[in-house]
Amino acid sequence: MLTAIIALAGLALIAGFGLALAARAFAVKVDPKVEEIEEALPGANCGACGFPGCSELARRIAEGKAGVDACPVGGGAVAQQVARIMGIEYEGGGVRKVALVLCNGDDQVARKRFFYNGVYDCTSAAMLFGGDKACSYGCLGLRTCAGICPFGAIEMLPSGLARVDPEKCTGCTTCVGACPKGIIKMVPYERTVHILCSSHDKGGKVRRYCQVGCIGCQRCVKEAPEGAIVMEDNLAVVNYEAEIPALVAGVCPMNTIHAGGADIPDERHAVGGEG
Amino acid sequence: MAYGAFAGGVHPAYNKELADRRAIEEMPLPEQLVVYFTQNLGAPPEPIVKKGDTVRKGQVIAEAKAFVSAPVHAPTSGTVKSIDMFPHPVGTDMPAAVIEPDGEDAWAEGCNVERNTDSLGPDEIKKLVQGGGLVGMGGATFPTHVKLSPPEHKKINILIVNGAECEPFLTADHRLMVERADEIIEGAALFARVLGVERVVVSIEKNKPDAIETMRSRSADRKGFSVAAVNVLYPQGAEKQLIYSITHRKVPTGGLPMDAGVLVQNVGTCFAAYEAVRFGRPLIQRVVTVTGSGVAEPKNILARIGASFEDLVRFCGGISGDTGKVISGGPMMGVAQYSLGASVTKGTSGVVFLRRDEIPQYVNDPCIRCGKCVTACPMRLNPSALSIFAERMAFDKTDEFNVLDCIECGCCAYVCPSRRPLVHHFRRAKAEVRKKAKRAG
Repeated sequence: MLTAIIALAGLALIAGFGLALAARAFAVKVDPKVEEIEEALPGANCGACGFPGCSELARRIAEGKAGVDACPVGGGAVAQQVARIMGIEYEGGGVRKVALVLCNGDDQVARKRFFYNGVYDCTSAAMLFGGDKACSYGCLGLRTCAGICPFGAIEMLPSGLARVDPEKCTGCTTCVGACPKGIIKMVPYERTVHILCSSHDKGGKVRRYCQVGCIGCQRCVKEAPEGAIVMEDNLAVVNYEAEIPALVAGVCPMNTIHAGGADIPDERHAVGGEG
Repeated sequence: MAYGAFAGGVHPAYNKELADRRAIEEMPLPEQLVVYFTQNLGAPPEPIVKKGDTVRKGQVIAEAKAFVSAPVHAPTSGTVKSIDMFPHPVGTDMPAAVIEPDGEDAWAEGCNVERNTDSLGPDEIKKLVQGGGLVGMGGATFPTHVKLSPPEHKKINILIVNGAECEPFLTADHRLMVERADEIIEGAALFARVLGVERVVVSIEKNKPDAIETMRSRSADRKGFSVAAVNVLYPQGAEKQLIYSITHRKVPTGGLPMDAGVLVQNVGTCFAAYEAVRFGRPLIQRVVTVTGSGVAEPKNILARIGASFEDLVRFCGGISGDTGKVISGGPMMGVAQYSLGASVTKGTSGVVFLRRDEIPQYVNDPCIRCGKCVTACPMRLNPSALSIFAERMAFDKTDEFNVLDCIECGCCAYVCPSRRPLVHHFRRAKAEVRKKAKRAG
């Protein structure tokens, strides 16, 4: 019994010395700033900054290879904090941007051209004739963006559209790249007037498949201040550099323009199908 | 000689009796032909006609600029009415020329001239095949001249003429073998001459006894020719499976049949080669089986490339009753169509019309790991694991599990008790893996 205790104690002593020596000899020097910055970052590892994860961004910032405001998710508050750790002045910060799905053609107003019963994913669906929606630009509603959003900011409406909650959206742009139709755009959070359509088809064609699509009539272009809404290949596009009065929304014959900010109400929720 | 079967495979209901006794009928010229500029696997050929041009039958309307590409010819004489996007039966919209026939059906200069094939050398035959726009007519549409040009060190010693036609419903190859056996054999002999192959095996599934009989009697006096009756097992007509059944050779992962010393040509391609080499007629028509319970009178039609599915079905007396699904190709590998505006391409072996009550709609359930798909997969892949990876967007993992070897035969989805859209998952995964490989250079 006693021998065993002594033997084990002896082993523990030797191992303890070994570990202590190893910790000295192979110590990894970490800039304390890196740890502090990583602590300040949101920690979602969303990749929006362009680096693989928050710890990598923290390392780059500490090395001076990335700006203190390189994290688009954290915004001004995090940039301030990071700047304080780095010991530099940080002023202001850019405009807060949120994602917006530029399509309002849900199942009630936009026609489908066939019944799709394949993989429940927009990119997979788009491989077959571009998806079941008659509009080749429209939201397919198979929740690819909602599934990929690291912040749970996108929800699927029962009527078959993806909607971004601007309050939860951190502007990480993950969804922008995931949408096979490329209809998710980053828009300034503050702005109120949005044109919810991405179809570049001619007006007559749009009318055949969607009741709320842009038909390219240009009434909004004339109503809005010069250059605030521009025509791009049969589609009216908001120029977010310029201010647009909310009244412009009223002239749209198709109700494509919304003037209530990026938080678009679900108008057809009450009559929505089973989803 | 006995021919063993490959591993895996399934036995779907064949339904070939709907059309296998109906002689090939030539369809009259429709009012307009929609000819896609891209009708081959590989590089798309470049259009060389514009709106308003007059074309002659057999005139090139899209030129092949790359080696792995095939030119497209005008199927009749007439005017190019417009050039627009049309739904291509493979599942995307593609540019096509709308040709309004002038009714004369007049050949372009140099086409439709009979030549003596006995004196032609391998390179001349290859050139005529290439110029004729020939592609694999079983459905894959791989340019034929590429298959005929193996690198120096790859020696091909067996030519397999593929008349297996394992896809349910389709009978186009079957009828062609019964009615045009001599031409198919001549075409196969031309291919054999190009490669200096001495052994030609015509392989036909046992469920086509009349085709086996005809091909046997017509090729009896030809040296090196034999007819192999292969087991009825889907996908017997798939290139790699057929090679294994006949020769017990395996095509390596990512390889081509030439890596196993084999060339496989569909019977339709052999027929087209004979037409192109002997008579200078490019590939402008093909046999299409229009069948299924959703069509009034199933037929095997000799249709021009560019005839719309609507024209085909009208020629068959219209759709009957409650047609709910239209498939370009067979029900196992074909692509469901949303519009009858799609047109016949070089790879359209059939159009199947199914009634609504024949097409139950399934709910996509989770994988229960029963392993049925693993047993059924003729490529010895693990569809269960692959589909789970694909579902979770782990496309790197699908690459690791060789998703690129998937031939999309549909056996896994056919046996899946959870009715999972497995092939759809793999098509997506393959696209993602290829996209990544392309980005990496």
